[in-house]
Amino acid sequence: MTTTTMGTSFHSALENLRTTGVWKSIFRSGPAVTNRARSLKVFDNLLLHWLPVKVRENSLGVRATYYLGSLLLFLFIIMAVTGVFLMFYYRPVAPNAYYDMKDLRFVVSNGVFVRNMHRIGAHLMVLLAFWHMVHVFYRGGYKPPREFNWVIGVMLLLLTLSLSYTGYLLPWDQLAFWATTVGSNMISAAPAIGNEVRFVALGGHTVGGNTLLRFYVFHVVILPLLAFLFIGAHLWRVRKDGGLTVGAKDHDGQD
Amino acid sequence: MMDKTKIQSGFSSGAKNEPRRIVFITPNASANVMDERGRKVMSYPHLLVREAIVFEVLITAMALVALIWDAPLERLANPLLTPNPAKAPWYFLGLQELLHVFPPFVAGFLIPTLVVVALIVIPYFKVNVEGTPLWSELTSRRFDVVFWVVVVALLIVLVAVDAWTIIFPTVLVVGLLLGLGLSKATTGPICVLRAKPLSWWIMTWFIATAFWLTVVGTFFRGPGWSWVWPWGTHAG
Repeated sequence: MTTTTMGTSFHSALENLRTTGVWKSIFRSGPAVTNRARSLKVFDNLLLHWLPVKVRENSLGVRATYYLGSLLLFLFIIMAVTGVFLMFYYRPVAPNAYYDMKDLRFVVSNGVFVRNMHRIGAHLMVLLAFWHMVHVFYRGGYKPPREFNWVIGVMLLLLTLSLSYTGYLLPWDQLAFWATTVGSNMISAAPAIGNEVRFVALGGHTVGGNTLLRFYVFHVVILPLLAFLFIGAHLWRVRKDGGLTVGAKDHDGQD
Repeated sequence: MMDKTKIQSGFSSGAKNEPRRIVFITPNASANVMDERGRKVMSYPHLLVREAIVFEVLITAMALVALIWDAPLERLANPLLTPNPAKAPWYFLGLQELLHVFPPFVAGFLIPTLVVVALIVIPYFKVNVEGTPLWSELTSRRFDVVFWVVVVALLIVLVAVDAWTIIFPTVLVVGLLLGLGLSKATTGPICVLRAKPLSWWIMTWFIATAFWLTVVGTFFRGPGWSWVWPWGTHAG
């Protein structure tokens, strides 16, 4: 009974807070008691304004999307947060990079936990990006008018792979070094310019200190910025192209 | 169904070139068109509360795994000490497995480039949108002949280059396709699969092959890229 009373008073305190001028000055809308207010919640909010005010009920079910797109967006945010934390303790210099990894494991508080989160997130992001693409294909989500958003999605898959691959080198251990060596040897298979592209990517003929710095800059600046832009375009197009694919009738062609 | 090529137009105003949609509303009928895509609900709270739950489940699951599993950290990078086998990250092991079969130009450049180009053109490729089932009478005899010639030619090339890790998923998918052709079922999952168009079969074959190559590269390849069993015994 006490809990109920406490719960009720907490709830009413929250409701009172929502009617204050300070709350309104921050969130621009009061309590969500009418559909108009609920609409304002979405399009008056910087973080939510790209969402539609209303969504199809049958696109909310787990089996419709498995929330793969949402999961990938959340993973990108988690990777950014944990990644910035790791940057505080990491120098992209050989061999110091490796010693910083040792410090993250044995010296820095929760360093090993944050690094584990970043590593798990990286694998999960690649896995879910593949699954997302396969699922969208089988749902017919690439069909008109969503053709171009599929293309943006392919670009995002390539960006995810590039982010994961450049990050793979940063620990500067045997696993990282030889995985990058094997991967970069594939680049030289490209005709005419293959060896030149490889030289520019590695900053030399073999994986070394220059490669570490280049991959680091790509991993923490260039690729995340590109991914951010493409994610923005992807989400915006989802809405502009009429929301999520909800069934066979949801495009111009036959299924 | 009206044949598209036999549209009769009573006007000489260029109606064929500039078609306009005309809606007739009789006095007793509503102009409301039935929406087959289901009813709509407010994003706040119906969508947002689900997104919040998804985020919480994700971060909880990741935190639990991060507590019991540690990210690998091997010895300091040493260019003079090559591990055997040296493996790329898991998502490139399918490509590395291809390198074992095809020359570097084909496996390292041609196939990845073709895959990316193919993925990009999927929505612009007419066959995907039309989606005639492979087993229906609607496909022309010429189409059937070309399709099976391509399949058999692909298998011959794969056998010639000893690409057994690609042949395995290919034979599985082709076997499924043939099995569906023999089946007389009119309902159930077999009937659903029979209705799938060519694009569906190509994508399914691609996914099966990519998945199998990655699994082989990850678990079944040991020193010198020889075949090993994941439980430790070397074959041959």
